[in-house]
Amino acid sequence: MGSYVLRRVLQMIPVFFGTTLLIFLMVYTLPGDPVAALFGDKAADPAVVANLKHKYYLDQPIWKQYLHYMGNLFQGDFGTSFTGRPVTDIMANAFPVTIRLALMAFAFELVLGLCLGVVSGLKRGSVQDTLVLILTLLVISIPVFVLAYIAQTVFATNLGWVTPTVQDSRDLSQLLLPAIVLGSLSLAYVARLARTSIGENLRADYMRTAVAKGLPRRTIISRHLLRNSLIPVVTFLGTDLGALMSGAIVTEGIFNVQGIGNVLYRAINQKEGPTVVGIVTVLVIVYLVASLLVDLLYAVLDPRIRYA
Amino acid sequence: MPDIHDENSYEPHPKPGVSRLDYAGEQGMAVEQETLVEADVIKREEARSLWGDAWRDLRRRPIFLISAVLILLLVVMAVFPWAFTDADPRRADLVHDYLRRPDWADFFGAGWFGYDGQGRSIYARVVYGARASITVGICVTAAVTLLGGLAGMVAGYFGGGVDAVISRIVDIFFGIPLLLGALVLLNAFATRTVWSVVIALAFLGWTQIARVMRGAVLTVKQSDYVVAGRALGAGTGRLMFRHILPNAVAPVIVVATIALGGYIATEATLSFLGIGLQDPTISWGIDISSAQKVIRTAPFALFFPAAALSVTVLAFIMLGDAVRDALDPKLR
Repeated sequence: MGSYVLRRVLQMIPVFFGTTLLIFLMVYTLPGDPVAALFGDKAADPAVVANLKHKYYLDQPIWKQYLHYMGNLFQGDFGTSFTGRPVTDIMANAFPVTIRLALMAFAFELVLGLCLGVVSGLKRGSVQDTLVLILTLLVISIPVFVLAYIAQTVFATNLGWVTPTVQDSRDLSQLLLPAIVLGSLSLAYVARLARTSIGENLRADYMRTAVAKGLPRRTIISRHLLRNSLIPVVTFLGTDLGALMSGAIVTEGIFNVQGIGNVLYRAINQKEGPTVVGIVTVLVIVYLVASLLVDLLYAVLDPRIRYA
Repeated sequence: MPDIHDENSYEPHPKPGVSRLDYAGEQGMAVEQETLVEADVIKREEARSLWGDAWRDLRRRPIFLISAVLILLLVVMAVFPWAFTDADPRRADLVHDYLRRPDWADFFGAGWFGYDGQGRSIYARVVYGARASITVGICVTAAVTLLGGLAGMVAGYFGGGVDAVISRIVDIFFGIPLLLGALVLLNAFATRTVWSVVIALAFLGWTQIARVMRGAVLTVKQSDYVVAGRALGAGTGRLMFRHILPNAVAPVIVVATIALGGYIATEATLSFLGIGLQDPTISWGIDISSAQKVIRTAPFALFFPAAALSVTVLAFIMLGDAVRDALDPKLR
């Protein structure tokens, strides 16, 4: 187990450097001069431009910039945004909001998605199964931003239960609606994955054995069926946490949540290189850690899997 | 809750050739009779390939037929938009047509779906918007299938160091979420056309297919007929494309079909965020984005492009579902 984790962590290192390098290249080598953008329509003083470029290390070759950035990163310094604010500072303000939003969305899709998947998977072809299939198909087809407007119109404008946009991003109750919208697409996938997986496992030999042993139905479903059916769901959920955070770009924009998605969207538009790279780096770390956890969870769920 | 001890809830293997969905609807005697007929049919045409089998299965699926008709309609709309409407999607009359409500009497006319915030016919814009979505969806899927398929094939076939390198590159690209990466890439283009969106999405999206293809090739590579082919002196190219590819391509096709709908949704999201397609390209995403400003007074301006987008994505996802059910023997 210990050596497996170590091997996995070692494998993660080149992927971490590769992904950050890729995003670094995408941000800094593609056309568009961020320093010139700072001056807007006005002509920039060449001396000031040169000074700024030097300050932000932009006058160096790209590989030197990357090494410099990585060197600072390992000392906990994510660099300074072009507006002069440390990127860590920007992230410290925005990440807690998005983490709350993403976790709420995650809990929503996990609980409701699994329930729907179990209900429909246990009785294929029943009314509730067809209902779940149609519902999830609809949710998958309607793009998130359209779903957000529907939710806004129905719950805020028509019913008046919530305000159309979030007033205080620290208030959990206000984040509820954005979280549901954010998690809805993944909810549909979770429900469908669980349904398929349960449907397949229902026919497994160990299920017949469990029934033949006369185990109570509750035990069979929770211990035998569900545990074995969870593996594809867990695989999906593992990669989904990072996806939720980047999916927050759309949801946070529409609901005016002051989280990472909003900051990132603005930073991309203003070619705020340091902020974009910093946030994406954190998202990559979240993604890598989540996929490691998923691999370890496999062994917990399925006793046949052992990491020697 | 269903009773787990009840024999019926076990759902024995559905009969070959009858889809899960069809099967689910049948009960009692009908099943017995069908089984006999099916057995007969199978005896008569013993040698049926996976593809022939899948095609037979697909033809009798209502979901497949509905989605195929919808997609056909959308493709025709994308190629010949003028066949569906006489109205000019770019003609704007702010004086007479500003947010004019839908006129249902104007059947298939310019005012059918109403007019948007710039006095343009929403119906004409919905019709002409199909081209961008369909082009992006089909081109990205084609590019991703070629690129990812090739990478996965090479990695799976050669294994060893080649596989390690390609797999790590796939891992690297996999760490960047599609929407986020596309936003960064597209922001670099000063003017963005359909093709810049296609390039950005293909550049970031090929990894999924590569993983699926690699897995399939690894399994097929072990087969006796591949070993036999090699023993008979077949070259690398022949082994790859004549022996392995036809047997490994099924899961790739399934994933690609389902992903197609996702690419269309991603393009719309990018355009909605203002970093996808730009005027003068007509895109549902752009129209939805501009309609959000008038959502209170003119919900129809948002509704029709959103509905068109959803139906399109729905059609491709239903097609993907049907193809998967037909090709995946595990679900039979």
